[in-house]
Amino acid sequence: MLKKNGVACKEEYMEKLPSDIRKEKGPFAMIECFQRIPCDPCVYSCPIKAIMHMSDINDIPRVDFDKCNGCASCVVKCPGLAIFVVDLSKSSGKAVLKMAYELLPVPAVGDEVIALSREGKELCKAKVVEVRDGKINDKTYLLGIELDREYIYEARAVRVVDSDGK
Amino acid sequence: MIYTDLMIIGGGPAGLSAAKTVSDYGVKSILVEKDRKLGGQLVKQTHRFFGSKKEKAGMRGFTIAQNIENEIRKSGSSEIWTDSTVLGLYEDGVVTVLRNGRMEKIKPKKIIAATGAFERYLAFENNDLPGVFGAGAVQTLMNVFGVLPGKKVLMVGSGNIGLIVSYQLIQAGAKVVQLVEAAPEIGGYLVHASKIARLGVPILTSATLKGVYGNGKVEKAVIHRVDERFNPIDGTEEEIEVDTVCLAVGLTPLNELVRMAGCEMVYSGELGGYVPLRDDFMQTSVNGLYCCGDASGIEEATSAMLSGSIAALHACYSVFPDIQDYQEQMQRLQSALTELRAGPFGEKIRKGLSRAVVIKNA
Amino acid sequence: MRIENHPVLEYKRGKKITFFFNGMPVECFEGETIAAALYAANILDLSSSRRLHRPRGLFCAIGNCSSCLMEVDGVVNVKTCVTPARHGMHVCVQEGKGDLL
Repeated sequence: MLKKNGVACKEEYMEKLPSDIRKEKGPFAMIECFQRIPCDPCVYSCPIKAIMHMSDINDIPRVDFDKCNGCASCVVKCPGLAIFVVDLSKSSGKAVLKMAYELLPVPAVGDEVIALSREGKELCKAKVVEVRDGKINDKTYLLGIELDREYIYEARAVRVVDSDGK
Repeated sequence: MIYTDLMIIGGGPAGLSAAKTVSDYGVKSILVEKDRKLGGQLVKQTHRFFGSKKEKAGMRGFTIAQNIENEIRKSGSSEIWTDSTVLGLYEDGVVTVLRNGRMEKIKPKKIIAATGAFERYLAFENNDLPGVFGAGAVQTLMNVFGVLPGKKVLMVGSGNIGLIVSYQLIQAGAKVVQLVEAAPEIGGYLVHASKIARLGVPILTSATLKGVYGNGKVEKAVIHRVDERFNPIDGTEEEIEVDTVCLAVGLTPLNELVRMAGCEMVYSGELGGYVPLRDDFMQTSVNGLYCCGDASGIEEATSAMLSGSIAALHACYSVFPDIQDYQEQMQRLQSALTELRAGPFGEKIRKGLSRAVVIKNA
Repeated sequence: MRIENHPVLEYKRGKKITFFFNGMPVECFEGETIAAALYAANILDLSSSRRLHRPRGLFCAIGNCSSCLMEVDGVVNVKTCVTPARHGMHVCVQEGKGDLL
């Protein structure tokens, strides 16, 4: 339960998704922000204004999925690291998840990582397919991982396996 | 006796913003800070700030502090005294400062007290053992000195500070074994809670710390559940192996100085303790004495910066009434502060302010 | 222990210096406070309580709580959490309240 342990349930996060048709068309941003807090940098982070303008900075952000192209510019700007890009348009069986990353070590493209659920539990193995350098964005990296499609709405963090296999 | 137009006590977010506003108008001021460097709690904030993009949201806290300081120094109209402690604020308007082993006496036309807050403590068995820290101390060690306070941490408190410092501990290489919160729900922003939950930090509400145990330092902690009146529930004790306990259980305004000068104070649970009565421009019941930032009521950094600017702008205006665009700037600042406080998180603040704000006749 | 790499911060450490804790040499970086340097060297006992002599360490690290008072170069009640370490300094655990004169 979100207010008890910080973990959003299925009903809560499913509300942040576009239509089924849109989901399959291409990548899109999923903003897992469920609470009214004074915060609006996401609105200004989108180069094509796909995050709707807020008349009150306490408003919960909404994505215009017709405009959103999944570029992930917003992912690395959100102060709460609450935005993810979901890409279901790849080869069947696999999906790509993009997230903000501010930890060490930073994995490299091709590395194997463990995908974690919203509760920090190990879900599955995943492969790093994109690493956008944090240096150009004040140290917030963008990490893209490829994983089995069935986990795309559950995986929300990674544990980097270091060279000792830990 | 040193005479000046404006004196700002405290170089944290409120004081820095006040000094920046003052320097924007070319008004001479002295900014006094007891620490070696400016920035207050801002320098320890590694996360990107929330709030409105117009008011520096998205920038990391320590970057904000550095930028404001650079702007103040560039303008040259602010004299900055670090390693200088204000000893007293007297009823005749004199401020005494301990600086370089001497006591300086200053008589400013206007004074802005931005002295911040101090950390609350918690009563539990062996709470004096080395390894028990305030959250601020953990931040100072990790983010200022690059020293890890411990490897296995119990965090007490789920307000924004507890949640943010937990994340910072993970970034620094420590493991937050557990976070406990005595209230039935998480107190801070849920996005902060989600950030640490998915990195494996279990958050337990309606639970608190019973005691810590160890040979000369923390080696284990015992937590237990509490009911809705915070009474411990027998038989719910759980032992956790930790080497560090971090208390993030709230702040209390640090405002003895303004009290000494004779300000009327009021107790406000919502604002964290005794706070000075003030008007919409942060001026206290003592004419020419302003109080802003956490010293006037516990809130957060962005509101501290805005209240510092408001106090400074009004103080400048009262010394130099021909300041250009005063109305426009004041309106902009007041709107931004109101907007920040308009949501559900601002409710507590608004309630506290309704008791602490005195509307003065213009 | 010291953090070598941090994902967001770059620590600007000064040159290496040595001071003495209860006669034992402790290496640290210029700019660090005495208490931070001691903690980096895994020395957590900075003082003790007056009556029961229970060990005390850092609590607030910002000069507010008095948990870290030590004797530094003969001067008692020094707040080691806000006092920078200097090369050759002599830092001792203080006995009791310390004598000012």
